[in-house]
Amino acid sequence: MKNEIIKIENLSFDYGDHRVLENINLNIYNDDFIGIIGPNGSGKSTLLKIILGLLTPTEGRVFLFNKSPKEGRKYVGYVPQYAHIDRNFPISVGQVVLSGRIGHTDFLRRYSKIDMDIAENAMKIMGISDLKNTQIGKLSGGQFQRTLIARALSTEPKLLLLDEPTANIDIQAETNFYDFLHKLSEKMAIVLVTHDTGAISSHVKTICCINKTLYYHGEKSISLDVFEKLYGCPVELIGHGIPHRVLKEHED
Amino acid sequence: MVFQYAFFQNAVIAGILAAIACGIIGSYVVVKRLVFISGGISHAAFGGIGLGLFLGYNPLFTAIIFSVISSSILGVISKKTYQREDTLIGAMWAIGMAFGIFMIYMTPGYVTDLSSYLFGNILTVSRIDIYTMIFLNAIIVLIIFIRYNEFLAFSFDEEFSEVANVPVMKTYIILLSLVALTVVVLVSVVGIILAMALLTLPAATASLFTNSLKKMIALSTLIGISYMLLGIGMSFLLNQPSGATIVLVSGTSYLGILSIKSLINK
Repeated sequence: MKNEIIKIENLSFDYGDHRVLENINLNIYNDDFIGIIGPNGSGKSTLLKIILGLLTPTEGRVFLFNKSPKEGRKYVGYVPQYAHIDRNFPISVGQVVLSGRIGHTDFLRRYSKIDMDIAENAMKIMGISDLKNTQIGKLSGGQFQRTLIARALSTEPKLLLLDEPTANIDIQAETNFYDFLHKLSEKMAIVLVTHDTGAISSHVKTICCINKTLYYHGEKSISLDVFEKLYGCPVELIGHGIPHRVLKEHED
Repeated sequence: MVFQYAFFQNAVIAGILAAIACGIIGSYVVVKRLVFISGGISHAAFGGIGLGLFLGYNPLFTAIIFSVISSSILGVISKKTYQREDTLIGAMWAIGMAFGIFMIYMTPGYVTDLSSYLFGNILTVSRIDIYTMIFLNAIIVLIIFIRYNEFLAFSFDEEFSEVANVPVMKTYIILLSLVALTVVVLVSVVGIILAMALLTLPAATASLFTNSLKKMIALSTLIGISYMLLGIGMSFLLNQPSGATIVLVSGTSYLGILSIKSLINK
């Protein structure tokens, strides 16, 4: 069954006088594994925040699981850019993952046995069970990344939403990371947002290019023209360490 | 013995009560990086003290109401506007103090104990002050105890908590209000100006030794009590003002422990 989980209609967004997003229409389905790509300052992070109900669009409408973003986001496992998180914070891997259950707790915000089991399971899926009592500052980039995904998984999401997931992790961790995502994509929709065009394109099923407005949405084999329009200059489509060329060759 | 005197007993009790409030709320101030906004809240509280003196009420009571309201306003405008947060905090900081001074100069007669509000005088703590401090501590302990998991998730990752439908604005305002109450607890011990030291130094010392927020709270309370008792003792022996002595003891202890620890870790 193909269900629409994100529906964006004629969306525009202004920061003060500055138009960041213009007239975006986009539908994402429950079996999608989609990469939203765009250069820095293209508005893709803003789009993500609107989908999550953290910002309200200036014009247009957004539906998340046929509800408003604020209601629909309880089905979303959000993995923020981890540069935004303070690694010195006195908290262990287990506590971070368990905090994914915070939206499901009672009025005193206590975690039940079920919550703890779900968190344990999420750590097992991500292979970080043995790091449960480790403080997050002592983790490698890849391990911390997996901790944040485990936290998102413990919300029991129908959609996993990742913001710049491969920034700051090495190539090996990155390859493992995409293997994980592939497995997860059988169970839930995955949307990831990145400016890293090379790495992403060999892993996701479809891509969506944004620079203020939506330039392209579809199969990942897209022409160089589209990319050049998107980035405003010629770009190298192949990321370092990616062995095969996925995007179409430029035809002269 | 000095312990027989009521003023000294009150001083010790006040010091311990202040250390408890600081141990708990100071830990959040440090890990959530609320140091600057806490500075704004504590200085703005002076407006409440001025108001209390002008109206003839106990300045601690008016400071409670005034600083809770000003910290809530600060919380809302810092989140809701695109204004730079630190600019707003700086404005609130100065306006609160200026308002306090304005009210004090409007008050007929001479206000004798102005400096004890600014710099604290633990040896003049009254019974009513002690009861007020116990009441405020009870509120702080109760709220943090029952909402611990929420405050932890919020402090660690505000954006994720919001997506998980934690009421982040409400949580933030409650946390800032608890900072405001802690400042009021601290007024009689170290005063408005030095309150920041006790909101940060015990928690910062504790953070050198633990990786869990719960343990950090417990440890910084114990460290705070040690700083207080040491400071009160030294101020009595050296015949120096209590607030300044407590802050100097806390500051040098923190810096000392920090440098010993970084030498060992090298």
